[in-house]
Amino acid sequence: MAINYILPDFEVIRDYNRCINCHVCERQCSNEVHSFDEKGNLMISDESKCVNCSRCVSLCPTHALKIVKNEACFRENANWQRDTILEIYKQAGSGGVLLSSMGNPKPLPVYWDKILINASQVTNPPIDPLREPMETKVFLGQKPNMVTRREDGSLNTSLTPQLELSMPVLFSAMSYGSISYNAHESLARAAQELGIYYNTGEGGLHEDFYCYGKNTIVQVASGRFGVHEEFLNAGAAIEIKMGQGAKPGIGGHLPGTKIVGDVSKTRMIPEGSDAISPAPHHDIYSIEDLRQLVYSLKEATQYKKPIIVKVAAVHNIAAIASGIARSGADIIAIDGFRGGTGAAPTRIRDNVGIPIELALASVDQRLRDEGIRNNVSLIVGGSIRSAADVVKAIALGADACFIATSALLALGCHLCRSCQSGKCNWGIATQRPELVKRLNPDIGKERLVNLLTAWRHEIKELMGGMGVNSIEALRGNRLMLRGVNMTEKELEILGISHAGE
Amino acid sequence: MVIDAKDMSFTTLNEQLRSAGEECEINGCIGQRFIAAGNGTQTITINGVPGNALGAYLTGAKIIVNGNAQDAVGDTMNSGTITIHGNIGDAAGYAMRGGQIYIKGNAGYRAGIHMKAYKEKYPVIVIGGRAGNFLGEYQAGGLIVVLGLNTDGKPIVGGFPCTGMHGGKMVLRGSVEGIHFPHQTNARKATPEDLAELRPYLQTYCSSFDYPLEELLNSEFTVITPNSKNPYKQMYVAN
Repeated sequence: MAINYILPDFEVIRDYNRCINCHVCERQCSNEVHSFDEKGNLMISDESKCVNCSRCVSLCPTHALKIVKNEACFRENANWQRDTILEIYKQAGSGGVLLSSMGNPKPLPVYWDKILINASQVTNPPIDPLREPMETKVFLGQKPNMVTRREDGSLNTSLTPQLELSMPVLFSAMSYGSISYNAHESLARAAQELGIYYNTGEGGLHEDFYCYGKNTIVQVASGRFGVHEEFLNAGAAIEIKMGQGAKPGIGGHLPGTKIVGDVSKTRMIPEGSDAISPAPHHDIYSIEDLRQLVYSLKEATQYKKPIIVKVAAVHNIAAIASGIARSGADIIAIDGFRGGTGAAPTRIRDNVGIPIELALASVDQRLRDEGIRNNVSLIVGGSIRSAADVVKAIALGADACFIATSALLALGCHLCRSCQSGKCNWGIATQRPELVKRLNPDIGKERLVNLLTAWRHEIKELMGGMGVNSIEALRGNRLMLRGVNMTEKELEILGISHAGE
Repeated sequence: MVIDAKDMSFTTLNEQLRSAGEECEINGCIGQRFIAAGNGTQTITINGVPGNALGAYLTGAKIIVNGNAQDAVGDTMNSGTITIHGNIGDAAGYAMRGGQIYIKGNAGYRAGIHMKAYKEKYPVIVIGGRAGNFLGEYQAGGLIVVLGLNTDGKPIVGGFPCTGMHGGKMVLRGSVEGIHFPHQTNARKATPEDLAELRPYLQTYCSSFDYPLEELLNSEFTVITPNSKNPYKQMYVAN
């Protein structure tokens, strides 16, 4: 047998004084880490299979388990670090392209953490959200540049279609296939209860979820899976996916092994066949071509739905957004390089794209400079982790934020970053029925509603502190932000002053 | 109902079309895009040249074009029939999942790209003349037929047919000598079963464009199918 070069990432520590041989860990682990040793009459573990999803730790009735970082190490080397060495071994052993899940984990700058929010003192009193009404409602879509009147002198109040959100947060695209039926049900029901939206991703819409259409954004991507007239008309808006923050410039690929049962039915492709979403839309090579897809969707839905164009944050994002704002799209969604994914080549995820904070600031500025900011609303995603991130994004110029990783964490995800294996022990990124049923959609929905209800309170408190009582009044209000630990160039791009200025 | 499309915008044309009843004729069509996008049960005859994305997301309508058509005919079409008495531009039948497109003449680049089939949905494109580069790229299902009538001695298909093909079937009439098919596909002579499957579509082609069926059926046909529906398997290693 060939030598296995791979050092396990984790160590499973079992306190044998506490272990009662109940086999819960064994039953809960789809990675088959735990097993029972008949001879020694004790539970043992194969840590090489452990992904540190913490399922066994959470469910062990006697708290006998903990997972720690494996201290077995290579000789210290600042250049050749552990991950780098292990990646070489994996590729040398397989000849494969490295495939990872969830967002970029590299220690690249998180600009949200270098931005601080203002508060009122003395001269401009803060507002107490417990006492005074605060408005967190937003409308997404094209806005008129000026008030116009009809021939009879009455106000022209006709608007292009808008999405109404109770708060400036939406669940971003995760396909049925990449996540489970129960995860989708949790998101759809939470969106309905919260008065926001969830997003089908490129996997079609399960027939059971058409009833949540008013709170659904349906996605059209390059593979056009599950796209048909009824699907397009089922949602409140249509999103054209041009790119994704975790893998800008490449397509998607759901392996045939995951195209089973309802996933095959919803995508409308045969079981066992690979679902390939090519890197480009084959009919889009220019803004004019994009305009053609936007208008073909508008015609097919009789101009009743706003069209979102989603792109990854890349180097020329400001110019790209300027083009999209002229394409007839109603909303631009920009996904930053820390955005999550069910599977992406590691090298792409970790090295391609730019931070959402810089992309947002430059896009908002460019659209304002060109006088076309009202043509579109802006949604940003790519790691929005808290209410504070939302407030900072709004003040930098966003109309609303997409969240996905935060939502999955609310559902029980432990960020073990193994979605591509399809063995998610928390019932989220899996299609195995025995794992899917571990996620109770009633509880899942409740936890999502709890999360965003809490965020909404925090958004109101942060707004109140600034003396702002409407989210609309905060949008693009960069005077409310200050930077720390940044270069002048970074501050210039973000359009904010340094703290103390 | 008859619509005079002269100087009419595509929005007005489509609005009128939606309320035009089951039978409709469009005269003087001059490049209006998105005609019949998402339409259901209508029968639409177009005199002139419709613009891009004719019959996109079509879901049952029957369209006859007395003239040429432009790019993206039948984009993401779900069911219905589009018959073109002329040539068509690029990316015809992009991602179509069902229905049929009959083209009397030639097709541009990337015809039938990412076509797919599902259960009773079985998309078919029949091209009477020749097809441009990248025919059936990423094909995942359905049937693409190229008859090569009146090719003026040029090859029946352009370069790089079937690139990334992982499902469905392509049938080419006549000689395929000199045409390079990618390694993940097999090219073989048509069997009597293939011809039996082909017959109803050829019949429709011949009756639509007034061509003798027997003459077509007496020709040699080559069938190209993929040898894997999982072309990317083994390419990745979990990290």
